[in-house]
Amino acid sequence: MTDILERPTGGLSLRHRLSRLAEAATTPLLPSDYLDLAAPLRSGADLRARIVAVEPETRDAATIVLKPGADWAGHVPGQYVRIGIDVDGVREWRAYSLTHGPRPDGLISITVKAVPGGKVSNHLVHEARPRTLVHLEQAAGDFVLDPAASKLLFVTAGSGVTPVIGMLRNLFPVTDSGVVDLPRSSHLDIVVVHVAPTEPDSIFLANLRELDTHGAITLVPRYDDEHGVLDVAELAELVPDLADRTTYACGPGGLLDALTAHHQAAGLDLFTEQFRAGFVEAGDGGTIAFDDGSVLVADGATPILDVGEAGGRLMPSGCRMGVCFGCVLPLREGSVRDLRNGAITSVDPISSAHGGVPIQTCINAAAGACHLGDKS
Amino acid sequence: MTTIQQKADNPIAHLSADDIETLGRELDAIRQEVIDTRGADDAAYIRRIIRTQRGLEAGSRALLLFSILPPAWIAGTAGLSIAKILENMEIGHNVMHGQWDWMRDPKIHSTSWEWDNASPADQWKHGHNELHHTYTNVVGKDNDLGYGIMRVDEDQRWQPFYLAQPVWNFVNACFFEYGIAAYDLELAKNLATPKAQRPADFKARVKQTLTKIRHQATKDYVVHPALSIPTGSFVPTLAANFTANLVRNLWTHSVIMCGHFPEGVETFEKTSIDGETRGDWYLRQMLGSANISGSPLMHLMTGNLSFQIEHHLFPDLPSNRYAEIAPKVQALFDKYELTYVSAPLPKQVYSAWHKIVRLSLPNHWLAETTAKNAPSQLAKLYKMTTGGKKVRRTIEMRDQRERRDVAEAQAA
Repeated sequence: MTDILERPTGGLSLRHRLSRLAEAATTPLLPSDYLDLAAPLRSGADLRARIVAVEPETRDAATIVLKPGADWAGHVPGQYVRIGIDVDGVREWRAYSLTHGPRPDGLISITVKAVPGGKVSNHLVHEARPRTLVHLEQAAGDFVLDPAASKLLFVTAGSGVTPVIGMLRNLFPVTDSGVVDLPRSSHLDIVVVHVAPTEPDSIFLANLRELDTHGAITLVPRYDDEHGVLDVAELAELVPDLADRTTYACGPGGLLDALTAHHQAAGLDLFTEQFRAGFVEAGDGGTIAFDDGSVLVADGATPILDVGEAGGRLMPSGCRMGVCFGCVLPLREGSVRDLRNGAITSVDPISSAHGGVPIQTCINAAAGACHLGDKS
Repeated sequence: MTTIQQKADNPIAHLSADDIETLGRELDAIRQEVIDTRGADDAAYIRRIIRTQRGLEAGSRALLLFSILPPAWIAGTAGLSIAKILENMEIGHNVMHGQWDWMRDPKIHSTSWEWDNASPADQWKHGHNELHHTYTNVVGKDNDLGYGIMRVDEDQRWQPFYLAQPVWNFVNACFFEYGIAAYDLELAKNLATPKAQRPADFKARVKQTLTKIRHQATKDYVVHPALSIPTGSFVPTLAANFTANLVRNLWTHSVIMCGHFPEGVETFEKTSIDGETRGDWYLRQMLGSANISGSPLMHLMTGNLSFQIEHHLFPDLPSNRYAEIAPKVQALFDKYELTYVSAPLPKQVYSAWHKIVRLSLPNHWLAETTAKNAPSQLAKLYKMTTGGKKVRRTIEMRDQRERRDVAEAQAA
């Protein structure tokens, strides 16, 4: 009997056997397919979160407070989290900074600024409702504070302020009765250069001002309409002891590139984070790269399936007319155009689910440089 | 029925190539309208159906733990039958068609879905989505026409073993899920082929199907009955699960038979699809399918395959939207003077069965048999059945000649 063989790991094997039994009772589904309906945030489930509150910050920004599933492993301030939310019925993934340190109530929050034309950001700021279930990945990102550094400069632009707010709230918790001074933060000397197009658009400004008034930080606001667009060469004037500080910058790519060049030339420490997803521009035709590294050139009128086969690849295929879904492969990055109606599907690595978005290769043509998976 | 190309009054003869392409563009526009308005409501619909189905299944199986009590047996069996029908039709079939892929939800996706049926999803998708939906009603290419074991067209030569096809069809209906699995394996064709010449993956696919069947059977006939032992309900639960599978099989078989078998549905010759345009393909789907009319509940229980015509035109549109486009599709049938075949379920089931019985007999036999000539007709049938190929041909030729003479006499 197998009993004898399994006895040494009796407890484990009982659990194992029970789960095997549950699987045999629910096949072809899994027990979790049923449990998910009742307890989507339980331990062992795919990581999800429920929206607890949507708190407006400015007229186009809001903080979304989330209750993460039981398996949420926590985070370090400054890290970001990828969130999948259904917008118009379609699952969209985006990355957002966690705007606070670990909270005693176990909730997490992200602050989102509605980007003009941004599908997900507008949905989160204006449409999202409490109780909505969203999908989650564990926190990630290396934009976290070096514990050894005590003289810091934060340069933030637009929604790039969010990871910095996360770090500051962890260092100086703001309560109803004001800012709390924690011993672990007493040695810090922090300057925040905060850049925004105009003053009222600056999210978390109230928070930064409060910290400034309290003396926890020195706030240097820079508004484009008032002070002109920031030139990184001006930093030395804005922050006279720039050379003594470790700089953390978060914002759009242009600013980060300029800062990187500036700091390299000056030999200064710099940590950067650009986390707004790169925008994928759809073109007409392009290249198709596969997981195995091979690259094919494709025009904008030939289905990817045909391009692949002409290039000597063994492609999954079926009806070749968009009916049977036998040719589906994941688009990991890039854009494709549906040859039937011109609809564009775009994927960038951050905003799609892990592994990419499955597309039908028989009716889609390359619309720019694409990266395609080998298997669905 | 006779393939459309063989018909004296070809129902598409009045359409020019330009007409057919215009028709294709008009259908494309209907498709695009649905795609443009597809959204959160549709996503909520399929999630609601899935939630309901899983709740119903779990609840019914829980009731069946006490199936020794007759009310629990009846309610549990009814609930499980409905849950299995919903799972196969409105959910499984449609999800595996890619109707919900646009949601990008990996849990409700054609590439990841597996269903409560003997045929593994991969194999079913090949046999159904690729072969049946591409080659709909093309004689010799679409195996759904008689599943390779039945005579469904006058042009197929009659042979004595077709006499038993009403029985085959009924047996197939009762064990439909295994029929589908065998059919997706192309079992008959592959077993008839010498081992060395079979497709390389045949053995692996047979194994995959057998594993699936074992898991399915273990669930329904071992695990759940065993869980019912504490209440002394092993046998009642086993019987309940068998009944639910039987009900599901009979129902799905009936619905599917109504899709392409009723009178008025056209079939097509193999060569007719060479160089077929998108418009031609649409036209073939329009003429090769039949709808079932009825209530929203009936549509739901058929997985909206009651909108077979709309489903065949747009197999990847969400099933909950077929009802709203049906009037637009029907208007196009009217505009192009085509016949939109649609009737209530009992009528379509009767029509399909009638055709199966009719074609189990030699051409014209059923129509020409009356109470008066029954003895001579039976004698003829006996001769054709026992007499061998030559005798059959002779009788067929003689009948054909007689019919021609009668027709000429009438014309004159």
